[in-house]
Amino acid sequence: MELTGLFFYLVSVLIAGGIYAVLCLALNVQWGMGGLFNAGIAGFFAVGAYTSAIVTTAVSTKHLGGFELPIPFGLVAAMIVAGVTGWVVAKICVRLKSDYLAMASVGIAEILRLVIVNESWLTNGSLGIAGVPRPFGDLVQGREADLLYLAMVWLCVLAVYILCQRLYVSPWGRTLRAIRDNEDSARAAGKDVDWFRLQTFVIGCAIMGLAGALSAHYFKFLSPSATEPLLVTFLVWVMLMAGGSGNNKGAIVGALAIWFIWSATEIITSRLPPEWITRSSYIRMLLVGLLLQFVLQKFRSGLIPEKSPKIRSD
Amino acid sequence: MIDFINLYLVPGLTIGSVYALGAVGISMIFGILRFAHFAHGDLMTIGGYGVLTAVWFIPLHPLLLLPVGMALAIGAALAVDEFFYKPLRKLPTIYTVIASFGVALIFRSLAQLFWSSGNQVFVSGVRPPMVFFDTFRISELHLQVIILTLIIAVALHFFLTRSKLGRAMRAVSDEPELAAVAGLDTERVVRWTWVIGAALAATAGVFAGMDTSMHPNLGWNLLLAMFAAAVLGGIGKPMGAIAGGLIIGIAEETATFTWLSDEPLISPSYKSAVAFFIMVALLLFRPQGLFKGRLL
Repeated sequence: MELTGLFFYLVSVLIAGGIYAVLCLALNVQWGMGGLFNAGIAGFFAVGAYTSAIVTTAVSTKHLGGFELPIPFGLVAAMIVAGVTGWVVAKICVRLKSDYLAMASVGIAEILRLVIVNESWLTNGSLGIAGVPRPFGDLVQGREADLLYLAMVWLCVLAVYILCQRLYVSPWGRTLRAIRDNEDSARAAGKDVDWFRLQTFVIGCAIMGLAGALSAHYFKFLSPSATEPLLVTFLVWVMLMAGGSGNNKGAIVGALAIWFIWSATEIITSRLPPEWITRSSYIRMLLVGLLLQFVLQKFRSGLIPEKSPKIRSD
Repeated sequence: MIDFINLYLVPGLTIGSVYALGAVGISMIFGILRFAHFAHGDLMTIGGYGVLTAVWFIPLHPLLLLPVGMALAIGAALAVDEFFYKPLRKLPTIYTVIASFGVALIFRSLAQLFWSSGNQVFVSGVRPPMVFFDTFRISELHLQVIILTLIIAVALHFFLTRSKLGRAMRAVSDEPELAAVAGLDTERVVRWTWVIGAALAATAGVFAGMDTSMHPNLGWNLLLAMFAAAVLGGIGKPMGAIAGGLIIGIAEETATFTWLSDEPLISPSYKSAVAFFIMVALLLFRPQGLFKGRLL
């Protein structure tokens, strides 16, 4: 019994790890390839989550809904809405230099959070949306459903990975890295820097929206606290830096490694005396903050460093 | 009109003073170390909690115990600079920005660990506002905050224009290479930047905590407005940051005034978006700010 419990604990860790892997791949497109500093990951994640939830839930008097579309439509809608949000943001902010883009993206995440909390006709405010369907929810229930969902999440990870890898080795990706490494020379070579950055930002945001949708269908319930800006945004940054920014495999490995550490510390701290349990989550946050400092100083290229593809000479 | 002054303008000046004191540090650090310090809000939180703790042990008015909070914030700032920012100084500054995100998280989790995550007040109970000329009703705290901020602004002005250290700071901010060639000790300037930035951040943290209550997210929630204030005043221009802070504070509060109809112009729940839109508009159309700050 202990063993099956452990097995399904592992399944739940892998599902969440897969969702983080999708987020990490998205950030890798924006930061690793394009050098765009997005500190508002949680905002786009939330947009995706709410879009998919609203599109797929049954009629409710508490929030917009009642479309009851199948889940694949929810995922696509999440990507489109998050992508369009990203497009609006990028249209205004993408010309800003790195530090300023960081400030602006923090602000955008904050405004998206304000909208989610305040516009209760759309999102039911802080009470959240209940009854978000799980795929094949009618056929399988309980733990078997988790296994099925695990497969679906990692199928998405695979699809996103293939897409990102294609982007990376394509001429488009090469141009992007040229812009990242030396903007002036890329501009001198006739590349439309702002246009490439806009595309990068939108693609990244759309993938973040997909991750949000996956998490909404996993938890079946969605409230503003599920998109705690700090935890989502910050963990994903630590994951990408640790895994190796610029490398798609590194992004996935980093996401899994950090998520395993995060979950393992949860097991350890849950055995502490009760008065320490509430404090333990702060200790974990502290440790993640210190881990980032360590990675930045001693381990900057990450677990799997970026390796530019060879230039074919034919 | 009286309502406008009592309920919008004075609170706007008060929160504006908090932004101003925080933005001075952000602007100076941005000017001298050339990175956006995302942990500055949480440095305010640390300073605020320092004073809160002092109040528990020494029964004095919180504002008299400010030096305790300042000392704590200065110590924290110098420590993170030494251990976390200095090793990254040779790299592109964006790495320091990422590091400062981590430091923000470290500060906040320490605050939650030591002072719990709930709301705590400096002085409990409601005090009636002071009434002037039978019309102006201003709370004692708001008056103290505004006057103290003005005194600090004047002192800062004289420090930057008259003292040797202040002039060295402006030199490093304006022309780092020239300042180094002229033999200025850059590391000393950097240290003093942290000392002044952290001391003012602690002051702002106490003001903000006394106006509402202390909680671990206090500083982080104010960060965006302080960035907007620093950009508005011009990066590397401390006096500009003070003006920028006051303007952002007044803009935020008065945006919810009933300007056009009986409805507030902007719903109060969207108040914090005002600073953001001012900042983005500035970055796009006048990135050097009002006072010709540096362009990065």
